Amino acid sequence: MTVTDQQDQKAAPKPVGLGVVGWLRWGWRTLTSMRTALILLFLFALASVPGSVFPQRAVDPGQVARYFADDRVKAEWLDRFWLFDVFRSPWFAAIYLLLFLSLIGCVLPRTLAHLKEIRRRPPAAPRNLLRLPHHAEFAADLDVAGAAAALRKRRFRVDTGPDWVAAEKGHLRETGNLVFHVSLLVLLLAVGAGSLYGYKGNVLVVEGDGFANTVAAYDRYSPGASVNAESLEPFSFRLTDFQATYIGPGHEKVGQPLTYSAKLSVLDAPGAPERTVDLRVNEPLDVNGTLTYLIGHGYAPVFRVTDGKGQVAYEGPVPCLTSNTSTYESECVIKVPDARPQQLAFLGRFLPSTLPVGEEWISVFPGAANPTVQIWPFSGDLGLDSGVPQSVYDLGAHKNLKPLGTMTEQPRPLAVGQSLDLPDGAGKIEFTGVKEWISLQTTYDPGRMPALLASIAAVIGLVLSLTVRRRRVWVRMKDGQVTVGGLSRTEGSNFTDEFAEIVASLNPRSGVPDDR
Amino acid sequence: MTADTLATLSDQLILATILLYLAAMVGYALELAYATRPVQVRELVASDGTTVTQETTATEPVAWAVRAGRYAVGLSWIGWAANLTATLTRGLAVERWPWGNMYEFVVAMILAAVTVYLFMQLRYPVRFLGAFVSVIAAVGLGFSVRVLYTQAGPVVPALDSYWVAIHVTAAIAASGLFTVGGVAAVLYLVRREGPSRLPALADLERVAHRVIVIGFPIWTFAVISGALWADKAWGRYWNWDPKEVWAFITWVAYAAYLHARATAGWKGKAALIVSLVAFGCLLFNLVGVNIFFGGLHSYADVK
Ligand code: HEM
Repeated sequence: MTVTDQQDQKAAPKPVGLGVVGWLRWGWRTLTSMRTALILLFLFALASVPGSVFPQRAVDPGQVARYFADDRVKAEWLDRFWLFDVFRSPWFAAIYLLLFLSLIGCVLPRTLAHLKEIRRRPPAAPRNLLRLPHHAEFAADLDVAGAAAALRKRRFRVDTGPDWVAAEKGHLRETGNLVFHVSLLVLLLAVGAGSLYGYKGNVLVVEGDGFANTVAAYDRYSPGASVNAESLEPFSFRLTDFQATYIGPGHEKVGQPLTYSAKLSVLDAPGAPERTVDLRVNEPLDVNGTLTYLIGHGYAPVFRVTDGKGQVAYEGPVPCLTSNTSTYESECVIKVPDARPQQLAFLGRFLPSTLPVGEEWISVFPGAANPTVQIWPFSGDLGLDSGVPQSVYDLGAHKNLKPLGTMTEQPRPLAVGQSLDLPDGAGKIEFTGVKEWISLQTTYDPGRMPALLASIAAVIGLVLSLTVRRRRVWVRMKDGQVTVGGLSRTEGSNFTDEFAEIVASLNPRSGVPDDR
Repeated sequence: MTADTLATLSDQLILATILLYLAAMVGYALELAYATRPVQVRELVASDGTTVTQETTATEPVAWAVRAGRYAVGLSWIGWAANLTATLTRGLAVERWPWGNMYEFVVAMILAAVTVYLFMQLRYPVRFLGAFVSVIAAVGLGFSVRVLYTQAGPVVPALDSYWVAIHVTAAIAASGLFTVGGVAAVLYLVRREGPSRLPALADLERVAHRVIVIGFPIWTFAVISGALWADKAWGRYWNWDPKEVWAFITWVAYAAYLHARATAGWKGKAALIVSLVAFGCLLFNLVGVNIFFGGLHSYADVK
């Protein structure tokens, strides 16, 4: 920014036969030169592009799985170059670390130099002020104290001699610039610390159920490298009610969600008084810095299954996966390992607002205005003891299940209160009600606050470094004749007007200053 | 007025705005073509390093063409008022900040760009930008009406937040400034050395720099407030979502422009090319990311 501050932009001279130390010094100088920093900065940006082109495991694992399913060979090649984990890849880390080093190497010496510069007095007046880019001359009875006071009033730092005043202003520009670059360093550190000492967990909770913040309670838990299980904030809550509203018919975007609200009764710690929290999007639950977010919802129809022996083998809600987010048509899997003589399983299609269309039934609205469920029953061996892990949302892995009765594309749906009798006296399934589930994400990230403070400091530093101008003014007076000289040290800034004002403030008769 | 009438009024005002901007463009173009004879431009370097341009015109400017330029400014102001009112009535119709989808965002961004231009020309001699800003404004509005149009209505819960006012407003303001910077940069690259109807290279470079210097901190703020909002809405402040990636790339590219401009040997043309790359990233983030990548940010409703 200042014309004289540019020695760091010269390429470091190549070492000629200097041995290891020479090469190291050359390497360090090259790494910390502004040109290298620029190139690294560009590389950093470029390296994040594939992260937006390819789905990322950390963001959308399902999408990555689809890549593998579509073209395994290609996906494996992409994976070899970490293209599904760009932001955790070694090559991304390499750029990040080099930029980090480059910043340190650039900021440290500049800070030291700046500290010295700030404590230095404004440089003494050059002999001939009329040679400076901005100058003026007039006759006036000005003394050194008067001139110094006038310049101090304009917030210049001032030094005086017997017949001259030297003044300088605008160190904040470099200060701001350094604050900005240091804040970037702090920001990078805070982000790193957050991912080491923080954790993230996901869980699905059905209306009426509860959750306690322990590792075991999460459906998916991803801790940072330095988190231990005991350090989880010991809160718990129960989901008492969930409400969603949607845009009604007559609008282009019918069915678009309007509000979500989940009522929780929360215990901040075991034995703490219970408090009620209305959890909404954009308004997470905060327990001592551990935040719980409402990130999704869906339906959990309630079933009662009676087996062939007349025993109730299952009773309760079954969370279904939403297969269409504009109608909330959902897919359900019900496994009944306790059914006798044979284990039972069901596939279900849940339709929150059912409409018959010919021989088919579809859902036309996400709200549960007219909920029904279509059921496909199976019996056989669920193989739950086989030791092979199974998804609760999938029947595909069960090879020993046989359809009960004839399977049709579109079985007649059950309304609430209706039941389906299974063929061959295998029992029956009743659809007894509808609950909703919510999916929650809990995060703890100790780097949040430092990152926020660093960003605020960065913006302030940036504004200072882009707006403050550095300038110097000298005044000499001799025998009633005053000369004023000015120099702008910030390239491309307009100092003419301000200089004219300064001259006018020094000249009691305010003669028209001749500038330039 | 009911919400429906307000929404319809807003739609009609947008059409009126397009026509007004087109009319203004014609006026500016007439002025450029007939009022400014190719001038002899000499750049003098003052002793403090600033450049002064000295222009000598061979013939007198044509009076009616000068008047066309003045009418064009008037038309721009009327168009601007229509654009502003369209945005306000849309906001009243939907009872929220009128930048909840891509259509509304582009309309607001063009309003911001025209605002930047109009207020700049009050203080600086930048009327030559008028023709180009008007074209971009008219084409941008046409594009958003034809391709992005979304019926007035409420937004999804994630967008129903005061963060819209903070984050999106900052993004719009910065985008408006960068648009004007982009126009100046393109003119710089198109204009050859020597006599031309277009203004001096140094003036173009100064306009570009001025708006980018103001836009950059605002964009920085927009990115940071976006992270704050993401922290509130999604439980993480930065997750390399495609929109975040491209906001970051845009930011780095503009930072690179500022660095390039401060680096000897990169001043002028090279630095402005970097600024155009940055502007390209900004536009890609606005349009491309919504269409190609999806992700949490894709509320844009592009059909
Ligand atoms: C994320 C990375 C960076 C960003 C966003 C950034 C941003 C900025 C900005 C906005 C300026 C002000 C430019 C102006 O005054 O016109 C600046 C100046 C500067 N930056 Fe950076 N910077 C970054 C990294 C670096 C690094 C790694 C270095 C050093 C190796 C560096 C060295 C400098 C220097 C020396 C200046 C002053 C320019 C001059 O005196 O000519 N920057 N930086």
